[in-house]
Amino acid sequence: MITINVNGSPRQVDADPEVPLLWALRDHLGITSVKYTCGIAECGICTVLVDGEAQRSCIVNLGDVQGRDITTIEGLPEDHPVKLAWIEKQVPQCGYCQPGIMLQTVDLLARVPNPTEEQIDDAMDNLICRCGSHPKIKTAIQYAAAMTARKGG
Amino acid sequence: MKTEITRRSFLKQSSLVIAVTAFSNPLRLFNGSPAQAAGKLPFKPHAFLEIATDDTITVWVGQTNLGQGTHTGIPMVIAEELDADWELVRVKSAPAGEAFKDPLWHSQFTGGSTSIRHRWDLLRTVGAAARQMLVEAAAQQWGVTAGKFTTENGQVVYSDGRRLSYGKLVETAQKLRVPEKPPLKQAEAYRIIGTSRARMDIPDKVMGKTVYGIDFTAPGMCIAVIARPPQFGASFQSYDEPAAMAVKGMVKVVPLEGRIAVCAETTYAAMQGRKALDVKWSPGSHPDLNDDTIDAAFKAHLEKPGAQAKNDGDVRTALGQAATTLEQSYKIHYISHAQVEPINCTASVERAQCRIWAPTQGATTFQEVAAKLTGLPVERVEVNILPAGGGFGLRGDASHVTDAVLLSKALKRPVKVIYTREDDFANDFFRPASQCRIKAGLDKEGGLIGWSHKVAAPSVWSRLAPGMVKNGVCPDAVSGVWDMPYSIPNHLVDYVMVNLPIPVGFWRSVGFSVNGFAVESFMDELAHAAGKDPVEFRLAHMGKGSRPYNILSLLAEKGGWKRPLPKGRARGVAVNACFESFAAHMAEVSVGKNGAVTVHKIVCAIDCGTAVYPDAIRAQAEGGAIMGMSTALHERVRFANGSVKTANYNDYPVVTMSEVPEIEVHIAKNDLKAGGVGEPVLPSVAPAIANAVFQATGVRLRELPFKKDLLSKG
Repeated sequence: MITINVNGSPRQVDADPEVPLLWALRDHLGITSVKYTCGIAECGICTVLVDGEAQRSCIVNLGDVQGRDITTIEGLPEDHPVKLAWIEKQVPQCGYCQPGIMLQTVDLLARVPNPTEEQIDDAMDNLICRCGSHPKIKTAIQYAAAMTARKGG
Repeated sequence: MKTEITRRSFLKQSSLVIAVTAFSNPLRLFNGSPAQAAGKLPFKPHAFLEIATDDTITVWVGQTNLGQGTHTGIPMVIAEELDADWELVRVKSAPAGEAFKDPLWHSQFTGGSTSIRHRWDLLRTVGAAARQMLVEAAAQQWGVTAGKFTTENGQVVYSDGRRLSYGKLVETAQKLRVPEKPPLKQAEAYRIIGTSRARMDIPDKVMGKTVYGIDFTAPGMCIAVIARPPQFGASFQSYDEPAAMAVKGMVKVVPLEGRIAVCAETTYAAMQGRKALDVKWSPGSHPDLNDDTIDAAFKAHLEKPGAQAKNDGDVRTALGQAATTLEQSYKIHYISHAQVEPINCTASVERAQCRIWAPTQGATTFQEVAAKLTGLPVERVEVNILPAGGGFGLRGDASHVTDAVLLSKALKRPVKVIYTREDDFANDFFRPASQCRIKAGLDKEGGLIGWSHKVAAPSVWSRLAPGMVKNGVCPDAVSGVWDMPYSIPNHLVDYVMVNLPIPVGFWRSVGFSVNGFAVESFMDELAHAAGKDPVEFRLAHMGKGSRPYNILSLLAEKGGWKRPLPKGRARGVAVNACFESFAAHMAEVSVGKNGAVTVHKIVCAIDCGTAVYPDAIRAQAEGGAIMGMSTALHERVRFANGSVKTANYNDYPVVTMSEVPEIEVHIAKNDLKAGGVGEPVLPSVAPAIANAVFQATGVRLRELPFKKDLLSKG
């Protein structure tokens, strides 16, 4: 049994330590918002936050995150600026990549509260969205940043 | 349109189409949601629509949610004619069923930009019929006949000021006959169509609540990954079953025809089990197949005599008399769908029924395949269409439903078949590669008098429905060539079918995205040869005031075709006509000394008839611009040693954030029949970029993806 803290609650996983966090979350804990796509950390769609930092769960071993805090998209409050911005700007098309992209955005805004277009390009460049929602993602990131600034958060 | 007619005739003759009796319970949701109240209510004048006594309106959509917006657009059309209160409209996904089949293609297929285009009259009639019944119900309830009834925002209003909400009328309405031809609104009266409503599926997608196919869990289910031949035509010789079974969580190894399924309690265990299985394969049937031999095969086919697809006028004489002739070859490589959610399908074969849960674009095809495999009548096969993480044409293919059904039968429990990303690339039904040679002639005034075009390409239809290939011509392989939006008096189109073991399938905008590149690049070459402006040259060969003429004019005007550009930047244009819509693109580029192409801006203009849901059209157009650009700059599937060499996204770059240009979308305003959107927004992107690159550098790119070394100045 390996214990990880998922969205604020300790969860026990009956899996070997070398099982990727992605599959532990999906198959063992039923948290399917964390998406499998490439399995080699190429697309970023399985991104979760580990102690607040964006990581690609397909290459993180369960054993390496024992006792650490994992945040998936459900762990962000429904009125989180990134979620509100994604709805306001109608970002998703198929939406499959969006939980990972939104969590990468949370990571970006924590480090760079008011990112320039170049900083957004840089932070989001190694993520894949096949539908081509990029223009809306960019607008939503800027909107979320402005919302956060207004809230004084 | 020619492809339209032929596809339709395909569906009439295809063996895939089976006349089915009415689905016994067509509206049962996979999760057993109590959507259907017991008894006579809710009021349900059609399978698409129900209205409850609490005024809520539920629209059942049988199309696949691929993120294209039809799960909001379809309800918008019905709600418009119903005069519904939009705030009370809900949407639910319907499973496979007779009522949800495409009225023209007789199959519940989501593709070909048909979701609204093929249901334009049907959807409006459903709403209008319900509205008429509610008005009649009000007249009965009030006991009045004279006077004037109107409807607004979910209420019937009588001329004396009395009003009742729809929910208060449904009990009476449900006893009335459904009118067959209720009057439809004039476009001026629209108040929902043409507005941008919040997409109804977005909140769940943002909150992480959407259950995509790959996320679905059936009680007692196990997961299967399949070991498939690594080379075309290979077969398995031996495998280490005990080693696979030693993996923790393994359930069973099940050999199927030509492939071996590895079934486990979890996905990761199944993947590990497959590795441990260590299958030994025979050599493939085409060990010499690789990028070079493929290229050579296409080239050789281009030298063979072709089947005649079109022969208007007399091309030979026209070219002989031309003041200028131009001849060039174009080459388009195989590409992958690379949709983000890997292929998957869950099946549960039970004693007297079979249930399927899949992110499928071909719901009734899946139903028919499963019925055949299980021996059950189609009405005992329930296909639940789950939201898909992209599709782009690939998800109409049913090979994985076969795996899931066979395995569920063998294991007597539900089975979810999952492709790994590597499986997905290796087993895609690729967009066909194509090579073509075009020769065209101009008269003294620069008028296009003859166009001879030979295409060498594989045929998608010959795999899916051989009857579609008539006199040796695959209509898909020449689409965009034999029906290009130009009037050319002498027009010859020949086709040579290339048969290689590489499986091909439909990919967004199908043949148009392949041939559109060649046709629109060559139009640009001709414009330059004629010394004409590329926009003017195109317009000169279109009917003045025709829809393609107007959309190109709109693009030139809105995109500022003649506006000055910063130094080093150049513009290119291209146009396309497909799926009953017309689109044109303008690209603004610069080319670095190292040959790197930077796309600064893409402008799209589209005439898709009545623009039902402008926000979704804009989203599709942005996505189409990015995907089209991706095919121009990056995408190519590689082959080596008789197998697919491209394994994952690291071998198959697609456009990502830093390359995404500014994108501008202009939607033509008219009230014509709604046309397609998802596909027409793509084919003219790549040629617009190539034409801009020529303008910037004088280098003509005649290959997709671009051969960038042509641009580096060393």
